[in-house]
Amino acid sequence: MSVTLDDRDRGRLEGAEGPALELAMRLVLAAADILEARSLIPISFAHIDACFYAGEAHVDFAQYLLDHDARLAVPAWTNNGVVSLADPEIRPEAGDPQMVKGARRLMQLYEKLGCRPVWTCAPYQLPGGPKFGEHIVAGESNAVSFYNSVIGARTNKYGDYLDVACALIGKAPYAGLHLVEARRGDILIRTTGIAADWKSENIFYHLLGHHVGRLAGQAIPVIDGLPPQDTTDGLKALSAAAAASGGIELWHATGVTPEAATNEHAFQGGTPTRILDLTPDDLARARRDLTSARDGPLDMVALGTPHFSLTEFARLMPLIAGRKAKPGLAFYVSTSRYVRDEAASRGWIADLEKFGAIVIADTCTYYSPAVRNCRGRIMTNAAKWAYYAPGMLGVEVCFGSLAECVESAVRGETWRDPRLWTNGLA
Amino acid sequence: MISARILHKGAAEGEVLALAAPLSFWGAFDPRNGVIIDIHHPQRGQCISGKVLMMRETRGSGTAPGGMAEAIRLGTAPAAIILIRPDINLAIGAMVAQQLYGRSCPVLSVNTEDYETLAVASTLAIAPDGRITPPPRAVPRG
Repeated sequence: MSVTLDDRDRGRLEGAEGPALELAMRLVLAAADILEARSLIPISFAHIDACFYAGEAHVDFAQYLLDHDARLAVPAWTNNGVVSLADPEIRPEAGDPQMVKGARRLMQLYEKLGCRPVWTCAPYQLPGGPKFGEHIVAGESNAVSFYNSVIGARTNKYGDYLDVACALIGKAPYAGLHLVEARRGDILIRTTGIAADWKSENIFYHLLGHHVGRLAGQAIPVIDGLPPQDTTDGLKALSAAAAASGGIELWHATGVTPEAATNEHAFQGGTPTRILDLTPDDLARARRDLTSARDGPLDMVALGTPHFSLTEFARLMPLIAGRKAKPGLAFYVSTSRYVRDEAASRGWIADLEKFGAIVIADTCTYYSPAVRNCRGRIMTNAAKWAYYAPGMLGVEVCFGSLAECVESAVRGETWRDPRLWTNGLA
Repeated sequence: MISARILHKGAAEGEVLALAAPLSFWGAFDPRNGVIIDIHHPQRGQCISGKVLMMRETRGSGTAPGGMAEAIRLGTAPAAIILIRPDINLAIGAMVAQQLYGRSCPVLSVNTEDYETLAVASTLAIAPDGRITPPPRAVPRG
């Protein structure tokens, strides 16, 4: 083993702090060895993905840690669950007793381990999270992408068990995106060919993210020419879409994200390996990619992948004011408990219920069968949902803007906004 | 005899199943029976259980350690996995399962040239020190 260990870590490896910490230490060192890290780096925060039920081994692992009095070394927040603890009726046990019971038990075990039960794939929308320059551990692909790119915290994409092991030890292998030099941009994507009013549309960021993920491969993209952002919703969409379509863990946007004040900053003084110009055709192709269904009658609308933010609720409210979704059409918004409480305190959840929407917390609609009526032709404004749902749920997807989703829900069939699609992008 | 890099240590022996495309350890096979279910995989329908599974690389998923550990728990995992590109998730899943269930599934990586040599063997044996050989009985007598 080439990693230098301090006395405490050496002790943990020899079992001085019990078998759970010994296992955690062995897991972290195995990862360090494969990554060819020379040392471990202290972390300040972990976003835990191993609380997402993937079979009984997940439950056995968490139970093993609890049975051996394992304690977390750093604040650890939980990703989505397969089920919702807040709204158990969303997915009744009768549907799949073993999975629902197992998933619920797993979530309870991680609460007992001391995790903060936020149950969200968008933990960066909650106050008190990690800041610029902090070393952290995350596994959820959109959160890895957002923390690295938008916050400037540093993480690799940690798989299940290793995320927990790092949180128990309080350290991660000092390798990959924890190193400054590994964060240098590789390819430059210029956006001067896209009209400014398009760049102010939220849907632009979903399409851009999907496109960038498809072309970047292992490279770190630098996107030049994005306007200043009033909210982080567009950057969230970009993070999630690029992580879904291409496994992107870090991207930069010049003048917008913290490690890219200028192009020179983003490339750390070097030059891009490739320079590409984004075209309206690229966005049109992304839109076609994300749409598997022809326009037509809708069974459901799904918003909130990653979890809906308070500013997205603020954008949704005027669109639904005084209106009603077509009876029989299911209209779901996925979010976190925290954001739902905030929205409820503004009276928004009650208004959404009058519209006919169901706002669910702790989980996501694309984990089949998380919700009833998840079948047929479904419209979403989320590139990530559109990317995964056809495979995971066997449904057909229409991808559209938030306004298109609401208007389509009222009409009961896909409606296309002529303002968006008559400018060469259709 | 080929010496592999050990990602997770163990001894194993089995029939070789060399995959034509990377397999995800989350969602691409059914852990209840070890059968490949990914409709995009060219070897869909084949069973990975008890095989010396060879693939150049795996398909990444953060949940892959869970898929690996669950297959080992249920006894449907491969006997061993030989990769070219080292993978953390499979190693972590194998280590956790070893601790929880006392069952081993060694995970190894080799260079491209050695991979090509091994992939045409019908059966292989893996030693705890990472040596990979045809099992003794398969050695032709001369």
